[in-house]
Amino acid sequence: MATLLEVDNLQTQFLTSAGIVKAVDGISYDVEEGETVAIVGESGCGKSVGALSIMRLIPWPPGRIIGGAVRFQGKDLVKLSDAEMRHVRGKEIGMVFQEPMTSLNPVLTIGLQITETVRHHLGVTQEEADKRAIELLGLVGISEPERRLKQYPHHLSGGMRQRVMIALALSCEPKLIIADEPTTALDVTIQAQILELMKGLTRRLGVALIVITHNLGVVARYADRVNVMYAGKIVERGRAHDIYHRPSHPYTLALLKSVPRMDQPRKAKLDPVEGQPPDLTRLDEGCSFRPRCRFKVEHCEREFPPLNSVAPGHVAACFETARVVRLEKVAS
Amino acid sequence: MYQYVLKRLLLLFPTLLGAAVLVFFLMRLIPGDVCELRMAGTGAYFDKEALKICQDELGLNRPILVQFWEFIRGYATFNFGDSMYTGRPIVEEIVLRFQLSLQVAIMATITAILIAIPLGTISAIKQNTWIDYGVRAFSIAGIAMPSFWLGILIILGLLITTKSWFGAAWMPPIQYRPLWEDPVYNLTMLIWPAVATGYRYSAVATRMTRSAMLEVLREDYVRTARAKGLLEKIIIRRHALKNSLLPVVTVIGIEFAFLMGGLVVTEQVFNLNGLGKLFVESVTNFDYNMTQALVMLVVAVFVLTNFVVDVLYGWLDPRIHYR
Repeated sequence: MATLLEVDNLQTQFLTSAGIVKAVDGISYDVEEGETVAIVGESGCGKSVGALSIMRLIPWPPGRIIGGAVRFQGKDLVKLSDAEMRHVRGKEIGMVFQEPMTSLNPVLTIGLQITETVRHHLGVTQEEADKRAIELLGLVGISEPERRLKQYPHHLSGGMRQRVMIALALSCEPKLIIADEPTTALDVTIQAQILELMKGLTRRLGVALIVITHNLGVVARYADRVNVMYAGKIVERGRAHDIYHRPSHPYTLALLKSVPRMDQPRKAKLDPVEGQPPDLTRLDEGCSFRPRCRFKVEHCEREFPPLNSVAPGHVAACFETARVVRLEKVAS
Repeated sequence: MYQYVLKRLLLLFPTLLGAAVLVFFLMRLIPGDVCELRMAGTGAYFDKEALKICQDELGLNRPILVQFWEFIRGYATFNFGDSMYTGRPIVEEIVLRFQLSLQVAIMATITAILIAIPLGTISAIKQNTWIDYGVRAFSIAGIAMPSFWLGILIILGLLITTKSWFGAAWMPPIQYRPLWEDPVYNLTMLIWPAVATGYRYSAVATRMTRSAMLEVLREDYVRTARAKGLLEKIIIRRHALKNSLLPVVTVIGIEFAFLMGGLVVTEQVFNLNGLGKLFVESVTNFDYNMTQALVMLVVAVFVLTNFVVDVLYGWLDPRIHYR
């Protein structure tokens, strides 16, 4: 499989009254064609900003990409002109947002919102665009697609709207879809449906998918590879199976322990990650996780650990990966 | 929908009745009447008998509730009576001036919309640039400058420029002719007061458009539109503008209704015989019938304008449904 997207040392900052927030602080990862990659982390770790940076949708002011490259099919998206970027958005890369209730325009019909994208990028007539829209709505499992075209977003439930967003993202046959917390705002039962739908469609159509989530259950079930983010940096990356069974960064380990699991006794206590995420305006040169870390050593104060290989295709930004892995083995 | 329209139109009647009660009794709280004003207004000697005859003739000596009843009954049968001051039928007096005022109000509204929506939108898109500052200064000036003063400036400007360019000073015509009789003449007369009031009127609407637009541009669906790769001008026109027009329509509606009777000074400057002037004259002349008729008219205009604004809401935002 060829590499579709390569994020290389991407840095995005926000200017605030409190100082410069390094929301994304030099992240690198890649996505292969047709692959599903998850970006996991808690609120405020920069995972959404990282995704929006790929699409160059960070509003300036206050936010700005200050360095790095996003190579998509050989082009560096960071260097494209606005006009060239518009050809990528919606056409080559589709996007699904977190809030289906507010992500569709309340005063325009569903039909218009889909067909305007199709017409803009593919230059087809309104009839052809309508036909495509009906086909897309059918594809994402919306009943009576012809009738839906004339409806407004408020006629649809949250789950339905998210299906419309997925139809939108798929409308111009993109190579990649970025889904920013696509199920966070939905009911649990609907979450599963939407995820199944996205997984099924991306597999079938050969579309690569970046899923941004804080839900480790989503990761386990749907992702091929996982990037764990903490305070603007990627701290661990590997195949989903490896991340689950051999977490090698203390943060990943703590995250996994904080989630209730069906395969553990019901009385087992949850073990939340102690402390608060750091203030992104006041990061020093040391490891940003060390105030919350059980494994910290003196060296963590002085240097942010590089991503060390723990197994083929599995890296973790920790000096003490060996201890983390050993402890995990003992515990389970 | 039809039911809603009917309901709204029926609501006009209790509103008018309330206004009738207020204007009728408030007017009569002011000491004096039209007969006293006419005879004793000069301060010279007058015959008490003649005063009584005058008051009897106009029915001013009857018990107040009887007068009120006559007033309401007259309106219920579309008999609006005669002016107490000039003696001519109210309808005749009002119709010509109403045409003029309505036309000025509509033209001022169009001017205001043409200024406010593009400027407010540009100002929001270019927030905190010199364009934005320029637009905001322009609109603040519109609020700060009284429109009659702007009117004087316009007239002076016309006189001076026509004099220096064509050799002869030109002034807009003063005699009113309806639009359908002589459109060019009519427009050369009314465009100036419309611009003078429209500018002030646009100031509020521009600021409203700007702030509504700024808010909408931060909405998630605008980000979605950007993520779809649409052109910025389509995002603004199709996705942002319609959503940001609701508060602007409200402001425009209120201002429009106000213009129908509130242009007293501007009418004076341009020597227009409009409703505002008639309003002031009728109050100072103790012309009860005329004041009542004008208040009822302005109330009706307010209610109808609000109704139109509500219908526009429903058109702009499909989430609003009327039952």
